[in-house]
Amino acid sequence: MSSLYEVVPSEAADDVPVMKVTIRVNGENRSAMVEPRLLLAHLLRQGFNLTGTHTGCDTTNCGACTVLFDGQPVKSCTMFAVQADGHDVMTVEGLAGPSELHAIQEGFKEEHGLQCGFCTPGMMMTSKALLDENPNPTEDEIRWALSGNLCRCTGYQNIVKAVMWAATKLDGQ
Amino acid sequence: MIKLRFAAPEMLVDINDLPGLDHLQREDDGTLHIGALCRHGALERSALLATHQPTMAAAAPLVADPIVRNRGTLVGSLCHADPQGDWASVMASLGGLVLAQGPKGRRTIPVKEFVRGPFQNTLATDEIAVEAIVPAPQGVPAGGYLKLERRVGDFATAGVAVSIDRSGGKVTRAGIALTGVGGSTIAADEAAQLLVGGPLTAEVIGEAAELAAQAAQPRTDHRGSASYKRQVVRVFTSRILTRLLATEVEAA
Repeated sequence: MSSLYEVVPSEAADDVPVMKVTIRVNGENRSAMVEPRLLLAHLLRQGFNLTGTHTGCDTTNCGACTVLFDGQPVKSCTMFAVQADGHDVMTVEGLAGPSELHAIQEGFKEEHGLQCGFCTPGMMMTSKALLDENPNPTEDEIRWALSGNLCRCTGYQNIVKAVMWAATKLDGQ
Repeated sequence: MIKLRFAAPEMLVDINDLPGLDHLQREDDGTLHIGALCRHGALERSALLATHQPTMAAAAPLVADPIVRNRGTLVGSLCHADPQGDWASVMASLGGLVLAQGPKGRRTIPVKEFVRGPFQNTLATDEIAVEAIVPAPQGVPAGGYLKLERRVGDFATAGVAVSIDRSGGKVTRAGIALTGVGGSTIAADEAAQLLVGGPLTAEVIGEAAELAAQAAQPRTDHRGSASYKRQVVRVFTSRILTRLLATEVEAA
């Protein structure tokens, strides 16, 4: 059990409400005591140390914080951690083990689908949901699916190619 | 709203895990019921809307971005009462209603009266919105929604919702509402009224588009000048109606 704000420097500590949440994160049950106002993205990063989920804009625009929530991509900066209690969350760390690459990760490597890499985890999670639902997407379908994820290096061409690469590889498996 | 410090509620109640609120149903007479937890994504993929409610079907894929559509809801959008909200215009054009439930029971509130101003609705403090209702069409429903945005997920520069019902070659009911060109959603009732009672013609369409443009109260900002936004309203109104005129000819 991890606690995000265990050090509260005053008597005010008694007034801070905390709730226990248990979330299935990357296939494993994780629990934490959290303030109700804590965002899911922050619990994942600071509580569970899963720093692959990035927080970019904090305003539901950029999609860097995208995780799969019960299999669907959501922006984890716009959900409270307590809302994920009892639900299934998959972060980029859940795609493959530490010494292997998921086909999507491989695709991003092969097709140079990243420059600075900040948007990449979100791009990959949205792509995962897309390929789960539609294993052979067209280029247009990929662009449509990824339209909620922003890449400020503007490397969209290669991101689309990376997803196509992953689709082909997954299709052959 | 909380992040922007526009609201600082003492308590929030999450309704996401409540059962029985995610429905999208059509009654035999054509009345539609959209539950408070029916997501934008479900509306976007709905065969029911694709077949029976063209204005909603046109708007659903344009709401926010695909990821946001997995969580956001139509009823939530109405309650949020953002003048930039797509659904408020769509529902206003359809003569839609909000079904509110509180300790004293249920009541329906027309969408046009539901929004009091930016981010303000007429729900009582002990009420929640449980459903949105689209009344039965008076004929065959037709319509469309067009939105100009700088990129996916951005606020609309301007948006126009048009819904008409047709029977026997005549327009029996019409609604036109505007997104993002005023302090709240604007119902262009004069423009809509002009369409009712006769067939769609190029001349009527031109006049209605002009009235819709006049009903807009746009402001010049980084998305465009007021006159540009007014022109977008004019063009979008005309474009949707002209398309409906073409489908009418095809159908005949």
